[in-house]
Amino acid sequence: MSLHDQDDPALRAAQEDRLRAVWKPPQGLFLRWTDTNNNRVGVWYVLTAFGFMLFAGVLALIMRTQLAVPDNDLVSANSFNQLFTLHGSMMMFLFAVPMFEAVSIILLPQLLGARDLPFPRLSAFGYWSFLIGGVFVSGSIFFNAAPDGGWFMYPPLTTRTDLSGLGADIWMLGLSFIEVSSVAAAVELIVGVLKCRPPGMRLNLMPLYAWYILVVAVMILFAFPPLIAGDILFEMERLLDWPFFDANRGGDPLLWQHLFWIFGHPEVYIIFLPSIALFAMLVPTFANRHLLGYPWIVLAAVGTAFLSFGLWVHHMFTTGLPKISLAFFSAASEAVAIPTGVQIFVFIATLWAGRVTWSTPLLYATGSLAIFVIGGLTGVMVAVAPFDWQAHDSYFIVAHLHYVLIGGTLMPLFAGLYYYWPLITGKKLSDRLGRIAFWMLFAGANLTFFPMHLSGLMGMPRRVFTYPAELGLGGLNLMSTAGAYLFAAGVAVICVDLALSPRRAKAPRNPWNAGTLEWLAHPDDEDWGIRSVPLVESRYPIWDQPDFVRKVDEGRFFLPDAEEGRRETIVTTVLDARPLAVIRLGTPSVKPMLTAIALGGVFIFTTYHLYWAALACGIATLACTLWWLWTGTAEIPEKPCKPIGHGLELPLYLSGPAAPGWWAMFITMMADATAFSGLVFGYFFFWTRHADFPPATMADGPGILWPMVALAVGVIGWLATIGARDIHARGGVAAARILLLLGITHSIVGVGAGLAGPWTSGLDPQAHSYPAIVWTLAIWTSAHAGVAAIMQGYALARSLAGKMNPDHDADLRNVSIYMHFYALSAVVTYATIGLFPEVA
Amino acid sequence: MRNPWLWALLVAGLTACNAEQSTLHVFGAEARAVRQMALVLTIGAVLIVAIMVALYVRAVRAPEGRLSHDGGMRMVLWLGAIGPTLILTALLIYALPAMRPRATAPGDLTIRVEGEQFWWRVAYDPASDLSPLSSANEVRIPVGRTVIFELTARDVIHSFWIPGLAGKMDMIPGRTNRLVVQAEKAGRYRGVCAEFCGLSHALMAFDVVAMDGADFDAWMARSRAASTGVTASRGARLFDAHGCGGCHAIRGTPHDADIGPDLSRFGERPTLGAGILPPTPANVAAFIRFPQDAKPGARMPAYPQISVADARAIADYLKGLK
Repeated sequence: MSLHDQDDPALRAAQEDRLRAVWKPPQGLFLRWTDTNNNRVGVWYVLTAFGFMLFAGVLALIMRTQLAVPDNDLVSANSFNQLFTLHGSMMMFLFAVPMFEAVSIILLPQLLGARDLPFPRLSAFGYWSFLIGGVFVSGSIFFNAAPDGGWFMYPPLTTRTDLSGLGADIWMLGLSFIEVSSVAAAVELIVGVLKCRPPGMRLNLMPLYAWYILVVAVMILFAFPPLIAGDILFEMERLLDWPFFDANRGGDPLLWQHLFWIFGHPEVYIIFLPSIALFAMLVPTFANRHLLGYPWIVLAAVGTAFLSFGLWVHHMFTTGLPKISLAFFSAASEAVAIPTGVQIFVFIATLWAGRVTWSTPLLYATGSLAIFVIGGLTGVMVAVAPFDWQAHDSYFIVAHLHYVLIGGTLMPLFAGLYYYWPLITGKKLSDRLGRIAFWMLFAGANLTFFPMHLSGLMGMPRRVFTYPAELGLGGLNLMSTAGAYLFAAGVAVICVDLALSPRRAKAPRNPWNAGTLEWLAHPDDEDWGIRSVPLVESRYPIWDQPDFVRKVDEGRFFLPDAEEGRRETIVTTVLDARPLAVIRLGTPSVKPMLTAIALGGVFIFTTYHLYWAALACGIATLACTLWWLWTGTAEIPEKPCKPIGHGLELPLYLSGPAAPGWWAMFITMMADATAFSGLVFGYFFFWTRHADFPPATMADGPGILWPMVALAVGVIGWLATIGARDIHARGGVAAARILLLLGITHSIVGVGAGLAGPWTSGLDPQAHSYPAIVWTLAIWTSAHAGVAAIMQGYALARSLAGKMNPDHDADLRNVSIYMHFYALSAVVTYATIGLFPEVA
Repeated sequence: MRNPWLWALLVAGLTACNAEQSTLHVFGAEARAVRQMALVLTIGAVLIVAIMVALYVRAVRAPEGRLSHDGGMRMVLWLGAIGPTLILTALLIYALPAMRPRATAPGDLTIRVEGEQFWWRVAYDPASDLSPLSSANEVRIPVGRTVIFELTARDVIHSFWIPGLAGKMDMIPGRTNRLVVQAEKAGRYRGVCAEFCGLSHALMAFDVVAMDGADFDAWMARSRAASTGVTASRGARLFDAHGCGGCHAIRGTPHDADIGPDLSRFGERPTLGAGILPPTPANVAAFIRFPQDAKPGARMPAYPQISVADARAIADYLKGLK
């Protein structure tokens, strides 16, 4: 196909018809919910997260009403504790993080000129998991069973079943489920950014939003797993009485605090950086110039991410840690203000250098920056440990964190809402209502939270359902309550504005005259994403590349057609975006939804101790997953290559490090390894806490024999798989099958051998933290051996079924990635539990 | 827009004089140092906000090209990176000395405080050779002497916070934390639990009495003796008969259980129920019968079977213990 062909309107119309047919959404009352297109799933995701935000906001209003006057008895202590726990947990887990992922699912393909994300079905799976888990957790308050231990869930209050009820399990298991979906979305977004950019969009031409997505998704990948590890220990203690946090049996409540805040502090930046990313998109538009200091802001984002993993202890300044570590973490906490300062000044300098067009989104961005700066400065104050000793767990912190989160997450999202609404619906929101809402929100936020600085310093602790009149805090609290209602009214005005939107006329295309790819979206939205995948030569192609929009629209760039009737997008190289292949994308399917329902069953039934039902759901989850993989992935194409225009011919199949699937596997396993390292951290944390670890009565631990056997079979299983991969690639199909069979046998033996150590030595996990953590590590690695057997079996079955051959071996290569990580877990686990007691 | 609110805040802050439990009304050296630091930090923060607002307004109003690309990059470098680095380094150096705990000497008074749902177990000089002096929900300290608090918890995590005296310190099961303080001004103050600890976390406070050194010594000597008011009254008999001594200790009686709060010299305590109620005989009697009404989740069982009159007799007995 030459450029010349695209001059023919009839040809273009025929291409458009084919694209339209291929990307047609499923119809029907039920089938429409099986859609996987990012436009649809992203919108569901956004609306659901927005709904949870409103719900959590109402909870906050009830709390503020209770606290309006001293000694109030509108709600009981029990209800109040549920209210603040659920408010914090929902805003964090059901609003801030999912909202970032939801917005990114909508925007990312458009920013990258891709037709969709690389794994549309994974997005759908993430969405359904989020919905089920979110409804489960938030609905619990209607049954007076909501979690009531605070969003930080500190044991032993929450692990002792005589002090806390079902709510703690609902928190742990319901939110673990959502953490799984967050990690799934993170995998999707990282691979999307790295592998699905348009040709020519080298890393340093990427829109900044994509950079931030990359940074934030990587942070999710390393921040959530320690919490998942903590959740595992936590539920082991609650359900099985394994004493990880019980000081009377060798446990330590502080282990949870470390694991929680290793997650919890990066979490703050996980929800803040995406807002900076929205600014980075809208500031250049309204300054009418390129963003100044692109490399600086990228480095600042990466720097913030890096530092954010070294700050967690500032949430623990009052736990009596050694003073030297206080000084170190104090310094690190202050240092994170530096990259933040760089990012803010990049925006100020850009506005200064450009010609500012004032607009509602910019108004919101300005207001958010003002609020955020105040929150950032009180953040520096509490980073100073001696000041924190007074401010910690007082209303000063409530003020600080709400300034940061309203200025750093909520208001920027409203800025993004007003900015991107035309992109998604083709219509603009009302400037008038937007401005009215803005001033209500801005005044409301300050009126609510500014007095809290003072009430905190005047001695009002957090998480109190009431306070005595004698403390003289009534006036300040009444102001806060009035402010909260004003703020809520502002949110209501925005909701009215949104509700009126369907009645408004369409806006012109690219109404803000922006320069980045996402604004190619046409008001009469077509589901194919982009008409043709452009060659990108600038950070602001709409501004800089001549005739760009027309060329895209007339299909003069790449992949303007869908000849084979398949959903497709282009895969490029990670660094310099050279085109590598065309991949076929997943089509609408009920499988992601079914898998999410089955997995949800595992978590929900476990909450109610219905273990047989949970096991049945676990088997169903495995079956659905295998069905999904078998029918939908690593398909051998009907021809090796296809032309995409301009004389380029690209392969239709990729395996190994070039393939998105390989990256997804690798990234998932990084998250898995991080969770594992959280458990290993637990082992060594106990060791540093106790002079005798293992305790004298169980000095031999699980013995040396069985751990070494488990290690040996693990390594053999790994070598067999690697051997199978290499021999298979050279055409030795039969030999590869035999090696896989060998690998399966050793993996199955690995399950038994791993558990045999603690079993035969009679370690009682309820007796002490030592046997409990040894059992946990052994179970973790044995479970991985079991999964290894299933994966090796899957590769063998694919080979036998003719779905895998030496030229199409993605399955085997992906299984090999898994086996690397399994072998690593086996080495670390069995060296730790088997050998470490000998040297320690 | 914000100015009227700021004024309102200022007025509210000045009129609402809370001298008992505030980091702004200090009576200890540690809290005074932090208040000083808070003032410096606040002034710095206000200055920075003012500068940022001024810069932003200029940025938005400046015509296109007023700031060149190079000029913009210099601004990011100096105002965004180097400026904050210098300010934060200075701040760290300024704050480091305050992180060092006060020095202690072997003779310093040690007070062990244990948090429990939802009250405080207090022991003076727990390691001394004299009979240890235990108390509950009230901490007395001498002015001008170094005091070491040894803090731990028996059930869940609590946090020991006397805002006017010093910053807070967590009480964690299985660990003992130290907080070293020195009071500077005698008076009655209030402390609270600052770590969420369950249903009645909001109702877990305690009384703090800072006394002149001589008064404190006299009080200690007096307190080591048996409580006065231990007589064979009807209230005392009911106290025995209903098994109150199964949990509570009263010095000078056979009751020495340590499950619930020590009730020796109960009549001296300024509050009832860990800092939440005035200790009137009526309140005490009501608390004996239905503790959960005053304090949801309190561990003490309810005694509806004790008649109002009997409960009142016990209350009178307890009020007489000095």
